[in-house]
Amino acid sequence: MKPAPFQYHRVTDLSEATALLAGLENVRLLSGGQSLMPMMNLRYVAVDHLIDLNPVAELSGIEIEDTQVRMGAMTRQRTVLDSDALAARAPIFREALAFVGHIQTRNRGTIGGSLAHMDPAAELMGLAALLNARITVARHDAERDVAIADYVRGYMTPDIEPDEVLASVMFDLWPAGHGWDFREFAQRHGDFAIVGVGTLLDLADDGRVARAALVLIGVDEGPVRLFDVETMLAGEKPTEALFRAAGDMAAKRDMSEDALVSADYRKHLTSVLVERSLAQSCRRAKEGGNA
Amino acid sequence: MPEHHPPGREISLRVNGRAYTATVEDRFSLADFLRQNLGLTGTHLGCEHGVCGACTVLVDGHAVRGCLMLAVQAEGSEVLTVEGLADTDGNLNPLQQAFMDHHGLQCGFCTPGILMTLTVYLRDHPDCDETDLREALSGNICRCTGYETIVQAALSVVRAQRNEVSE
Repeated sequence: MKPAPFQYHRVTDLSEATALLAGLENVRLLSGGQSLMPMMNLRYVAVDHLIDLNPVAELSGIEIEDTQVRMGAMTRQRTVLDSDALAARAPIFREALAFVGHIQTRNRGTIGGSLAHMDPAAELMGLAALLNARITVARHDAERDVAIADYVRGYMTPDIEPDEVLASVMFDLWPAGHGWDFREFAQRHGDFAIVGVGTLLDLADDGRVARAALVLIGVDEGPVRLFDVETMLAGEKPTEALFRAAGDMAAKRDMSEDALVSADYRKHLTSVLVERSLAQSCRRAKEGGNA
Repeated sequence: MPEHHPPGREISLRVNGRAYTATVEDRFSLADFLRQNLGLTGTHLGCEHGVCGACTVLVDGHAVRGCLMLAVQAEGSEVLTVEGLADTDGNLNPLQQAFMDHHGLQCGFCTPGILMTLTVYLRDHPDCDETDLREALSGNICRCTGYETIVQAALSVVRAQRNEVSE
């Protein structure tokens, strides 16, 4: 189908976008368009005004610092996937981004667009939770930072007001030598994951787990950080038995259910994927991780 | 602007090397613009929500969904469609010829999108293998071939490119 008629607005800087946004009714921001345009074509969404952020150069770019990385909201998913500098510091981005849609959608799709759309199975939301993201949203007269823990208000509902623009996101970077893994199970490559798992693992000099971080996607309204499992793993000797126990622990929580997939199946996938993901992260940490 | 005229504007862009200036409705997708305004009906629309890949075209050298990009967003861009692959005498390019030789199409509906996806993928990944190609093709749905002959056609182009390099 074709979208209902709307007025298109091309803006070239952020202040122009926020000023316009403050003065219009029934308006949406257009970033990569890989979720919004399908919804408009199917007429799930009908807007009077569309503000195109694509020409706003200041919203694009990857800035790598010592312990964190900032990405502009309009940074293309392709750009993140292709960044060798980022892959050297945080290789999980490349592994996770390969699961986001297909070549053609990653060429247009953006980081901010995915975070604002907030699909329950969004890999980028998973990375945001895993890497303690802070999201900067701007309005015409101010901006504010939102911690990822406060960002998810409900199903596909981020903490962004109608007059605000998601401007950038800051992710933590882990020290050199950490292990990483991102994997998911979907019916076909490129489909939304039934369950996805991301893990990061840092080993101490004595070979024990110094620090672990785990996240699930596809199982709830937003990404689920497994803080209980992370606490359980800390200080332990990494063994197959430990990772199996972590998988079982991860699966002991309520999970979403839909017409095709039962909660029990999601729990089963979770236990298997968490165990395998931790084993792979551990292997990579032992090999010197990303160093 | 009277209310019954849907919002639109004039855009200028290059398609298959030729410059166009045209007036288009704001809500028109790039694929609809190519088909209806420029008469380039080689770009096909299947699902119109970004799943099937039939509408894939190249914008500034990158494969994109023609149904998920607005025509007005292509202002100033260089677009390549399936019509731009063969030479001006109508001789098929090596990828198109490989599809013909390997029966890489049956009904042909998905073919333009697949050709455009592979055009840029083979350019950027000259050393790709069968696994890479199958993943690269995951964003294009073909309901006739089962993909086997498409992959065979693409692999034959990879082999030919390699031989050219080694010669």
